[in-house]
Amino acid sequence: MQKDKGSKILRPTRRKLLQYTGAAAAATLFTPFVHRAWADTVELNILSWYGLAEPDMVEKFEAANNVKFKPKYYAGGDNMLAALSQSPAGTFDIIHTDAEYARILIERGDLVDELNAADYPFDDMLYDDFTKFPGHWKDGKLYSVMTRFGHLGVSYNKEHVTAEEAMSYDVFWNPKLKDKVGHFDWHLPSLGQISLLNGNNNPSPFDISADAWAKVMEKTLSLKPQVKGFFDYGGTFASLKNGEMWACVGIGDWVTGVLEKDGAAVGSVVPKEGGIQWTESYSIVSSSTKKDMAKKYIQYTLSPAGQVRSANMKAYPGFCVTKSGQKALQGQSPDEAKRTGQVDGAANNPITLIKEGHIHYRDTPKQQSLEDWNEFWSEYKNA
Amino acid sequence: MAVKSDTRVNWYAATWRLPMLVWQFLFFVIPLAFLVYLSFWLVKNYRMIPGFDTVNWVKMYAKGYFWDAYYLTFGMATLSMVVTTLIAFPCAYALAFKVSDTTRRWAIFFLIIPFFTSYLVRTYSWQVILAEQGVINAVLSYIGLGPFIMLNTKIGTLVGYLTLCLPLVVILQTFSLANIDRNLIEAAHNLGCGRLRTVFTVIVPLAKVGLIIGAVFCFILSFGDFVSPYYLGGSRPPTLSILIIDTTKSGQQWPKAAVVAVTMIATLLVVAFAAVSAAYRKRA
Repeated sequence: MQKDKGSKILRPTRRKLLQYTGAAAAATLFTPFVHRAWADTVELNILSWYGLAEPDMVEKFEAANNVKFKPKYYAGGDNMLAALSQSPAGTFDIIHTDAEYARILIERGDLVDELNAADYPFDDMLYDDFTKFPGHWKDGKLYSVMTRFGHLGVSYNKEHVTAEEAMSYDVFWNPKLKDKVGHFDWHLPSLGQISLLNGNNNPSPFDISADAWAKVMEKTLSLKPQVKGFFDYGGTFASLKNGEMWACVGIGDWVTGVLEKDGAAVGSVVPKEGGIQWTESYSIVSSSTKKDMAKKYIQYTLSPAGQVRSANMKAYPGFCVTKSGQKALQGQSPDEAKRTGQVDGAANNPITLIKEGHIHYRDTPKQQSLEDWNEFWSEYKNA
Repeated sequence: MAVKSDTRVNWYAATWRLPMLVWQFLFFVIPLAFLVYLSFWLVKNYRMIPGFDTVNWVKMYAKGYFWDAYYLTFGMATLSMVVTTLIAFPCAYALAFKVSDTTRRWAIFFLIIPFFTSYLVRTYSWQVILAEQGVINAVLSYIGLGPFIMLNTKIGTLVGYLTLCLPLVVILQTFSLANIDRNLIEAAHNLGCGRLRTVFTVIVPLAKVGLIIGAVFCFILSFGDFVSPYYLGGSRPPTLSILIIDTTKSGQQWPKAAVVAVTMIATLLVVAFAAVSAAYRKRA
């Protein structure tokens, strides 16, 4: 019986033979097209903060341009620099950075390409500074384009801290917050905020003399008895949500916005001493072989559609940088536009806050080394 | 007549040893040598410059916070080792001597199950349990107790270390105890040795190697752990592994981070060698 079955397979009927031959011919004919369709999918390697290459941000662009994003995520500019220096040339096509680290990339000279300003909608930017953002230009040449930003201030639990109390960084020293204050575990935003509390706002909380730096350290150390812990991105979310932390130094709406939309009674304000701005931008890697597609993606992120996606990004929201983007946000996500003050006349309108001098761009220390600030941070954590 | 010593290479034995030696050389000795070398490099303008300068060692060892972190890490790892060993021993004793083979097999299976999930996920789930508004405090509130602060404290860190180490130590201790010759225990009983005395004068010495290996594993895992002190201890104060992360955030200071890492490895090597020699030391 087995033998019979085997011989049937080996000796098919004429009809079967025609079917097999037809199928084989069709497969042979169409294979090049199928292969070409696969081959045409461009893989865009992006080095970025978490969330920038998730489907909610890139799926439309991927579908429209036959692109597949391959992200490598980092947390913190130093990790970005490390990832870049540990990877061979050509590993990444596009880099998403904090503005203060974009400057470092550019100063290295051979990492990122010069960009043509005419390729990007600079005439549509919400604020003049965004077109000539510090650190994005060198010798009159553009290397990095700002695509989103946000403000850091006092983030607090609305059930335990009032909005009035949150309007000063002094709230962190409030006795009722003993053991309830948390830090986002990165020295720059926390120390920048305490520098602002000490009145170091001219020219910048990061450009301070040795005396002022000594006072910032002294003031920071006085906060330690209030501190519950030092948290990363996930830990900050969890601690605010589970009530372990009632106020947090060094963050803003990029954390509380996500929780607020999820129903948590938390919020962020820019206090009277001023806030700090985080600024994110894109650069194209010099060794990339897909520069046209990288440029196209940056243009997409600055388009109204891209700006709306960025403002609603699930990982952490950011303000629009273009007028058309903000207008699209007001039309498509009016609640989010209102919540974040991205409407005309809002007291917390981000551009109004900048124009009124309440906002200072986050930066690396100017008169001390980054190492000095970080060493103090380690000392503070151990105090 | 003098006997010729056999100096021929035993190729059969060497072949079996080779993979481990190659593995250790490629993935331990070479990276360790590079790490030591890296600790002498310099950083200028966010770029690492190869060289041989002791400045990173001098600077790091001069910092009070480095030694604070060192003593804290060593102390917490020792505490974890002691607590884990003490909790694990009765469990392992019961599994080795007091339950049926089937029960033992099931118990070991359940002890392995925690390793199916990510340690990070298990640690995050402890946040829900230990938080001020978490499960434990919710239960205690029904009997009018609490709330107790457990999350973001050293207790939280210790709970994390136990999560990491306890199942492994129980398994190691169980295998060690189960291999003890029962005739020796019976002989002790026949000679009038009480139950407790049998445990400490017969069972513990006979299972010494396994018990020490379990304890030293616990020390090593706790000493180098980053997850528990960060997510359950609130990084307050930081341990050496957190200090490594912090150091790298100060402008590519990988050489200084390497100083911390090399110090940790040196400490672990000393502890491991001391433990292994103690385990195999013959009684006088």
